[in-house]
Amino acid sequence: MPAPVLAVADLAAVRGGREVFAGVGLKLAPGEALQVEGPNGAGKSTLLRVLAGVLRAAHGTIDNPFTTAFAGHDIALKPGPSLADELGHWARLDGATPAGVAAAVAAFALAPLLELPVGILSAGQRRRAALARVAASGAQLWLLDEPDAGLDAASRDLLAAAVARHRTAGGLVVAVSHTALGFDGPRLLRLNAGGGSA
Amino acid sequence: MIFVALVRRDLALALRRPGTLALPVMFFVLVAAIFPFAVGPDARLLARIAPGILWVSALLASLLPVETLVAPDAADGTLDQIVVRGIALETWVAARLVAHWLGFTVPLLVALPVAAVLLGLPGLGPLAAGLALGAPALAALALLAASVTVGVRGGGALAGLVVVPLALPVLIFGVGADDVGALKLLAASSLVLVAMTPFAAAAALRGGE
Repeated sequence: MPAPVLAVADLAAVRGGREVFAGVGLKLAPGEALQVEGPNGAGKSTLLRVLAGVLRAAHGTIDNPFTTAFAGHDIALKPGPSLADELGHWARLDGATPAGVAAAVAAFALAPLLELPVGILSAGQRRRAALARVAASGAQLWLLDEPDAGLDAASRDLLAAAVARHRTAGGLVVAVSHTALGFDGPRLLRLNAGGGSA
Repeated sequence: MIFVALVRRDLALALRRPGTLALPVMFFVLVAAIFPFAVGPDARLLARIAPGILWVSALLASLLPVETLVAPDAADGTLDQIVVRGIALETWVAARLVAHWLGFTVPLLVALPVAAVLLGLPGLGPLAAGLALGAPALAALALLAASVTVGVRGGGALAGLVVVPLALPVLIFGVGADDVGALKLLAASSLVLVAMTPFAAAAALRGGE
């Protein structure tokens, strides 16, 4: 039996009546990482949202046999409760273990922030919290939209280390970024008006 | 159990901001309180129209939280996270409905005696029974309107236009609640709206994406 892969063929998306990208194809096997590049408005975030199942594709097929976690532009953490409560809520929905949550919290150096309300955290700290939620979910495929936005150098290293561990354990990562993320030998997908493939 | 986790979370968030829960109820009491000033201090007239006044007040109060029911979760990515996890939006809406119903109804029924005294309503029983039976319908309509108008600027005002006509059956049977037949029809209206809302609201949320 062949190993499962994430396979996307001839994918197109339409937003507001305008075709954002078309003819995108990619194949990603366990342990691999894909970095999506392209100019503003090329449809990188849209591609990620289509892969996440949040947006419908206008055309094409997605064969995704993996459990999926998504960290988008929007952090989706409420400002009032403490970080521990917020991560705990999503962990309950994910069926994640307390040990998994604790490991993710440690991986993104969030332990000193756990008792603080999310509303007072900085943008970079919130980004780390969203990444920790992805790591804690136990999902095989991570979809990360500009995961380095707002991160300082130390946090970027934490992100690269977490991604490396995830890939070693057989996980897949698709990340959108304008800068090198420090991943080990990522596949590249360049989006422009004409679509692309990897 | 995902549904229970969602309800628990919504209730915990609501209890963090008791002011948000109290606001519709204070509005309810205030609207009831201004009627004697508008129609005059005729106690018999007030007692006769009190059920109608209180129902209209409750309906207007149910519109107040509309803008905070769905729009924040659509804007901050919470709904995306729900969809990515393969949790049906119907489940999410149903959980939100349960939490909103509790957060709206309990304070409303607590404030009801106060509002009733202001209007000199003689017996509280039928009206309280009617409001308790009709409150799920009001909560469902508010949630439905919030889902339909999500992402629309000034959605709250638009939601009022959506809710008020749909609330007419609830209002009619609710005001006539001293009759058992009306109570049964009120309960039926509530059931229909509560059963329909998760599917209709989820369809609206999907269509809006």
